[in-house]
Amino acid sequence: MSVLVFVEGLNGEIKKSSLEAATYGSQVAQAMGTSATAVAIGDVNEDALSRLGEQGISKVLYDADDRLKQFVADAYVKVIAKAAQQENAKVLVFSNSNIGAAVGSKLAVRLNGSLATNVTELPKIDGGNFTVTRGVFSGKAFADVNLTSDVKIIAVKKNSTDIISNAGSTATVEKLSADLADADFASAPKETVMQDTSGGVLLQEAEIVVSGGRGMKGPENWHLIEELAKELGAATACSKPVSDIGWRPHHEHVGQTGITVSPNLYIAAGISGAIQHLAGVNSSKVIVVINKDPEAPFFKAADYGIVGDALEVLPKLIEAAKALDK
Amino acid sequence: MKILVCISNVPDTTSKINFTGDNKNFDKNGVQYVINPWDEYALTRAIELKEAKGGSVTVLNVGEADAEPNIRKALAIGADDAIRVNAHPKDAYFVAQQITAVAKEGGYDMILMGKESIDYNGFQVHNMVGEMMGIPSVTPAFKLDMVDDSTARLEREIEGGKEVVEVKLPFVASAQQPMCEPRIPNMRGIMTARTKPLKVVEPTGAEAKSEYVNYSKPEKKSGVKMIDAENAGEVIKLLRNEAKVL
Ligand SMILES: Cc1cc2nc3c(=O)[nH]c(=O)nc-3n(C[C@H](O)[C@H](O)[C@H](O)COP(=O)(O)OP(=O)(O)OC[C@H]3O[C@@H](n4cnc5c(N)ncnc54)[C@H](O)[C@@H]3O)c2cc1C
Repeated sequence: MSVLVFVEGLNGEIKKSSLEAATYGSQVAQAMGTSATAVAIGDVNEDALSRLGEQGISKVLYDADDRLKQFVADAYVKVIAKAAQQENAKVLVFSNSNIGAAVGSKLAVRLNGSLATNVTELPKIDGGNFTVTRGVFSGKAFADVNLTSDVKIIAVKKNSTDIISNAGSTATVEKLSADLADADFASAPKETVMQDTSGGVLLQEAEIVVSGGRGMKGPENWHLIEELAKELGAATACSKPVSDIGWRPHHEHVGQTGITVSPNLYIAAGISGAIQHLAGVNSSKVIVVINKDPEAPFFKAADYGIVGDALEVLPKLIEAAKALDK
Repeated sequence: MKILVCISNVPDTTSKINFTGDNKNFDKNGVQYVINPWDEYALTRAIELKEAKGGSVTVLNVGEADAEPNIRKALAIGADDAIRVNAHPKDAYFVAQQITAVAKEGGYDMILMGKESIDYNGFQVHNMVGEMMGIPSVTPAFKLDMVDDSTARLEREIEGGKEVVEVKLPFVASAQQPMCEPRIPNMRGIMTARTKPLKVVEPTGAEAKSEYVNYSKPEKKSGVKMIDAENAGEVIKLLRNEAKVL
């Protein structure tokens, strides 16, 4: 019996969200008195894989098949199912990413397991009960869920696990081959297009997010959002109407019908704080709100508030951020 | 082309979320139910494809009788007929089994739904249905077009980018913005919806694989600290020294 963690790579390195999943998985393994194995697929170098030991992973299975560099659900499922069988895994841990949750859902069917996505805390294991806490009602509540099947599959919400790093610990890396056939790649993408991440920070993985709403008045003022983001090493985001009118791309839209983020710091400029916007950001650890209307609802959800014109306030924040020693 | 659109019946986005019975049950009191906003993208896109290529759109809900007003609403928006599987949607696995049973019997070319429901935020059902049926599932998709009569071209979101995928019918896809502009019912739609068929079927014997035992709400913020706009730069220092997030 063991715990199996699926890790995703990007440009040779392991994604931050997967380091969180690895930490989570090794903590579950510890609680169950067993060890945690990782299974890695795709674009990640062996050095990064052995460093998973720092998160408490003892062994990494790696399928280096070149065709797996891009995401193909059926092929990924086959590789992970093989690893799960080989390791006799009773708990499988994923990041709650578009890839992790997709593969986790398919594996729940294939392995006849119980699945919980959007999980925010370590499980409570008590006799026969295995209970996880997951976010529900778009950030407005949590639910405790018993996973009743023999195999349990958990997709961990991003930024809800503090990554542990035991410097110097390494994991052994072993090759894994699932004997993939061409048919497993039938639904391979025609084309994969990555966004221009010139700012360098991916919104879903970001620890700091600077976000603008309609109060920013127009796309010509977005350089203020971008400059502050750059100074803080943050990703940029926006409210729904801002992407609907085309001031910003849709993949920046956060909220109930957009991306959910839970960074350590969310700075909102010229956003009213409508309940649908809050649903996507209210699990941020610290929220700063800049709004010219002292009655804006967002102030009720904020930790720090500034009443003023965003176009005048943001330059002051940029200046102060520049003055910080990095 | 026969399209099946799965919709769920969820609390309106402005709902206050409360629980009853020692935090064991969701409190429906005073809550307005709507078609899950993500499902509206799937429904509208299905209707657009039908208008362009011919065929039919069937809406499917796994739920109790109180979902019927929103099923009628989907018919008013332009679906042709509806099926309700008469069961409490216990968990994603249970719902996926019910959808699979209906889909197998109906022989649909395309099964569409929203990327997740805004109440249980599972993001699971579409992939489970794809796996149960042994057909591709493309999720979450924000673009869906037909290349020819048997092939669809979709764009799906991945973290940090997108993938362009071509799949043969039949397939499952989940929808998100900006796939289309969701439609609202017009007067004529509302009138005709009353007479469109809504079939109620009993569930298959599928079991749920998880059990919701308790609910809780996030801790309230301790209150907001206001900073004068003239000295707005102060907030950066507070974020470093007090909140310790910089
Ligand atoms: C089903 C549904 C789903 C939705 N999903 C989402 C979602 O996912 N995400 C989302 O964001 N919204 C969503 N919405 C929309 C949401 O209800 C709000 O309309 C939206 O969030 C408002 O965006 P905003 O705050 O940018 O704009 P507005 O509501 O126009 O607010 C602008 C704010 O800027 C302030 N302001 C104006 N000028 C200045 C200035 N110079 N300096 C500082 N402040 C200024 C104003 O005081 C105001 O508070 C949804 C709505 C529905 C019905």
